[in-house]
Amino acid sequence: MIEFNWDWAFAWEVLPLLLDACLVTLQATLFGSLLAIATGLILALLRRSRFKTLSYSAYWWMEFVRSTPLLVQIYFLYYVAPEWGLSLSPMMTGVIALGLHYGAYLSEVFRSGIDGVDRGQWEASIALNLSPYRTYRDVILPQALRSMIPASGNYIIAMFKETPQLSAITLLEMLQLAKIMGSENFRYLEPFTLVGLIYLVLSLVASAGVRQAERRFPKEGFTLS
Amino acid sequence: MPLNEILDVLLGGAMVTIKIVIMALPLAALMAFAAGLMRLSEQPLLRGLAVIYMEFFRGTSALIQLYWIYFVLPLFGISIDAITAGVVALGLNIGAYGSEVVRGGLLSIDKGQTEAAIALNFTPRQRLWRILLPQALVGMMPPFGNLAIELVKATSLVSLITIADLTYRAKSLADMTLQVEQIFALVLVFYFLMAQVLTLGIRALEKRLGKGMQRGGLT
Repeated sequence: MIEFNWDWAFAWEVLPLLLDACLVTLQATLFGSLLAIATGLILALLRRSRFKTLSYSAYWWMEFVRSTPLLVQIYFLYYVAPEWGLSLSPMMTGVIALGLHYGAYLSEVFRSGIDGVDRGQWEASIALNLSPYRTYRDVILPQALRSMIPASGNYIIAMFKETPQLSAITLLEMLQLAKIMGSENFRYLEPFTLVGLIYLVLSLVASAGVRQAERRFPKEGFTLS
Repeated sequence: MPLNEILDVLLGGAMVTIKIVIMALPLAALMAFAAGLMRLSEQPLLRGLAVIYMEFFRGTSALIQLYWIYFVLPLFGISIDAITAGVVALGLNIGAYGSEVVRGGLLSIDKGQTEAAIALNFTPRQRLWRILLPQALVGMMPPFGNLAIELVKATSLVSLITIADLTYRAKSLADMTLQVEQIFALVLVFYFLMAQVLTLGIRALEKRLGKGMQRGGLT
């Protein structure tokens, strides 16, 4: 049995490298969440569509994406996209997989946010002869945003915590690096513990930020543009 | 490779996945109720422990927890096989999320119920078991269902510590046969079906637990 001891020298040696790799993790999260927000919004609008085919397809897409594992979706994209003539780098694959996966979650948030806006607001927009685009942009979304932001923030934090799965397609993010260093030095304790702590600190800070945002936002919504 | 052989291998993997779910689910439920009740306790020590457990397992990532348990625990002299590591990591992870459901469910019960139980001289234990939990369980069911699906999805992570579950077999079959499209599409459908079955089960359970709840015009 190997004696359990924490090696500070080794920990200090790996920490800066892990923090560098943290940028890759954050990059994947950032681009993934931008894609997720776009996908989520499109899905939410499709689900509100008058055409049954559109709204049902959006519903089943969402249901399917949400009930299958992200890891398998990542593999699917990474191995099947080349068959379809699309060679994606691990980073691109990761961003698309995260974006589509969390887009399905965010669509529910957006949909309930939009549904939460008082009916009178829609009626007033019709009475004022606003186009559907202006109704959404100037009337509905600014009011819906208040309830959408905290929930979306939580999903983005959840996305951040799923980025280690991208190590399975060899993206060199924190976990992949920790694993490499662990196997090179036959010491997994320090790298894995440090990666865990970095995730813990970042997600605690981020959830405190989401709570702050929730408290700060005006009750009546705010103007876009 | 013909499709029926692929299906055979994948079905074997699905059984492993289901086995892990069946083992991790009770652990997750136990942790959820223990931590959820502890957070509502009057003892600051119990509350603190529950908060540390919850923040720790929700704040770090499931895959890192799995690796940590699998690769690092042996250094403490606790050597465990991959399946146990998977079950423990997933159970503790999902349990941490579940503890919030338990707490929220209990807090959502009308205060009058607690007061009435006190007025009727119920012991705290009776109050919890006979008054609060039966009512709270109905409301907890839908979020528990979602967590159960999260658990099924999270089992795919154990493929990364060499357990031959559905995902692992799909990956190695795909590497071997290069029929990637069919294999991964099939696997996604498998997971989807498992999640649908769980959803139906939870819905039935919710109906059963909710029997008689709406009577008398109160709610």
